[in-house]
Amino acid sequence: MNTASKTQAVSNPNRRLISLSSLLPWAFAALFLLCLPLVFQSSAALTIMNQMAITIVFALSYNMLLGQGGMLSFGHAVYMGLGGFFAMHVMNMVEYDGLWLPLPLLPVVGGLFGMTFAFLIGSFSTRRAGTVFAMISLGVGELIAACSIIIVVFFGGEEGISGDRTMGPEVLGYDFAAQSEVYYLTVIWLLVATVLMYLFSRTPIGRIANAVRDNEERAEFLGYSQRHVRWMSFIASGFFAGVAGSLFAINFEILTEENLNLATSGSILLITFLGGVGFFVGPIIGAIVFTLLQTVLGLYTEIWALYLGILFVSCVMFFPGGFAGIIAMHRRPLALGKLNLLVGPYLKVAIPAITSVLSLAAVLEISFHKRHSFGDDHEMSLYGITFDSHGYQALGFAIVIAAISLFLVSRILPSIKAAWDEANHAGDAQ
Amino acid sequence: MALFLVNILDGLVTGLLLFMLCSGLTLIFSMMGVLNFAHASFYMLGAYFAYQISTITGFWLGLLVAPVIVGVFGALIERYGLRRVHKYGHVPELIFTFGLALLIEEVIQFFWGKSQMAYSEPEALNFAAFAIAGNSFPAYKVFMIFVAMGLFLTLLYILTKTRIGMTIQAALSYPETVQNLGHNVPLVFMGVFGVGTAMAGLAGVIAGPVLGTFPGMAVQLGSIVFVTIVIGGLGSLWGALVASLIIGWLQTFAAAYNVAMEDILTFFGFTKPENIWDHPLQDLWTLTLPQIGPILPYLLMVFVLVLRPQGLMGKRET
Repeated sequence: MNTASKTQAVSNPNRRLISLSSLLPWAFAALFLLCLPLVFQSSAALTIMNQMAITIVFALSYNMLLGQGGMLSFGHAVYMGLGGFFAMHVMNMVEYDGLWLPLPLLPVVGGLFGMTFAFLIGSFSTRRAGTVFAMISLGVGELIAACSIIIVVFFGGEEGISGDRTMGPEVLGYDFAAQSEVYYLTVIWLLVATVLMYLFSRTPIGRIANAVRDNEERAEFLGYSQRHVRWMSFIASGFFAGVAGSLFAINFEILTEENLNLATSGSILLITFLGGVGFFVGPIIGAIVFTLLQTVLGLYTEIWALYLGILFVSCVMFFPGGFAGIIAMHRRPLALGKLNLLVGPYLKVAIPAITSVLSLAAVLEISFHKRHSFGDDHEMSLYGITFDSHGYQALGFAIVIAAISLFLVSRILPSIKAAWDEANHAGDAQ
Repeated sequence: MALFLVNILDGLVTGLLLFMLCSGLTLIFSMMGVLNFAHASFYMLGAYFAYQISTITGFWLGLLVAPVIVGVFGALIERYGLRRVHKYGHVPELIFTFGLALLIEEVIQFFWGKSQMAYSEPEALNFAAFAIAGNSFPAYKVFMIFVAMGLFLTLLYILTKTRIGMTIQAALSYPETVQNLGHNVPLVFMGVFGVGTAMAGLAGVIAGPVLGTFPGMAVQLGSIVFVTIVIGGLGSLWGALVASLIIGWLQTFAAAYNVAMEDILTFFGFTKPENIWDHPLQDLWTLTLPQIGPILPYLLMVFVLVLRPQGLMGKRET
């Protein structure tokens, strides 16, 4: 993680804040997102894309703490949840008490509420970073999650609270009843929030947050209070988490205890880390990949959470930079013009690597089916083949395939290592 | 008075059980600086292993073997997982153990499914040890108290009186110096991690029959364990003991005494509003002590952190 985060910190200091080349990716992303519903028109696809956009805002706000400020939080869902609950109450006030507030401005309200709580809780939790901060965030997270069952007026008890987003004043003739209208609202907020969070990371306070993360003592000697720097990052992060919560309220029109419990806080850590905490785009990649994995794997297998756990633990052990870190590793070969050297070995390892992953998954699936299928249900189908899961043939076959493909991968790895060294080596062939 | 005594004993059981987890966690933390997020998962593994063994050979062999298996498993994880992540710093280590906790829960569901296991106390201890004014106290809880006390005294003896304990204590403060004196500090770390997780496993073995053996048992206890060591002061063994007992009693007494907020408010001269279920303060009026029992440890943590950031018995500011 350290090398990755340094890469971000040492980006060119002389660059102006806004230049044409730095605006281009944003414009491209905006155009892409606005055109997306033209391709995917079904309501299910729109829901998944909305979910993705909300997760991106939430993950980016989480990375303001973990990646940019060095604060590991186990209770970040609290700020998203509180912002969402408050937004839902405001939405109900619009419906019943005649409060005038157009729906697109609701995330500001939720964001400010999340920010208020981040201000209060941050006042004592940001005193130290690292382990202590992590533990306090966990305790506070559990406290608020447990309170949500007790304080029925605000949290609605176990069934949560719900509302109706279409009751506010119309904006440009839209009342946001249709899923696609909500998509555009969410995407515009996604773009606004992402740009703001990106700009925050470029402000002096964002830079000092990086300095405090890397070495809090040095930052103190420069005259900055590490506590205040962390507190400010924490408050800003609370705002954007609240925005994400409000977007959730608008999209799903219901909030429950699930929105602020430990499981949600944990999954946002998982998403952000998988994407890569050292890069601004890391959480975006993480959110997209995670939502897709969850939706697609969830359709095919009952034990997708096990796969996710294995992926996460191996990511922490072997690729602490996450997906973004793996992509960034290829910047140097690209700059040297030697990326083509890697294509061959990558293609060569791809087939045995994919085979080994699929066959190992098959081993797990068959064992799981054998252990948990009801009664005489011995038949299972996997990858389009139907067989008896209780016999030894299928399991044995999967194990043999896994062993062979793993052996092949281990044989090819040295040549990848050699190609990798060569691709990162400036100058001619060694 | 009789009820009070029973609650004192019940709270003692809960507190000592918590301490069996907290002591291992504290030892590992003060030695390696790693807060083992998966500690409660080792507790869960202990319960499941003991259940599996008890289906074949009965309770007593499980009591002996399961903690050992958990300890070996923990040592292997330290050697091949944690030590690898160590070079990235403490925060990635914490993230690693967090991932481990997720993974262990999934692996347990993979093997044993989502439902509760029929793991129960042995026949030999299935009787009432004594009764206080009609409230009988099960022998198994007496057994739990003795196991926990025995563990604590053994730990104290090893840490303060034996040579290996001296090495551990020295390695806590000056790992480099101890290494230079010719001790194998990485091995000591691995051993402490193994013993710490084995203690958590033992706690799981004896708590499984009482609190239930199910995939959520780690999450149920996990957060409380962390809150306890923050209250006690990170890295302080005595602090962990005091905080465990406080939390044990806090939870037991809160669950036992049905004090309603309504009575307190009326006592102070407030009048209850007519339509309580439409009133904005309905929650305040209808609150009872058993309801807020589960959040008391967290509230206590917030108070301790605001008033005394180093914890009850911690030496340094946290």
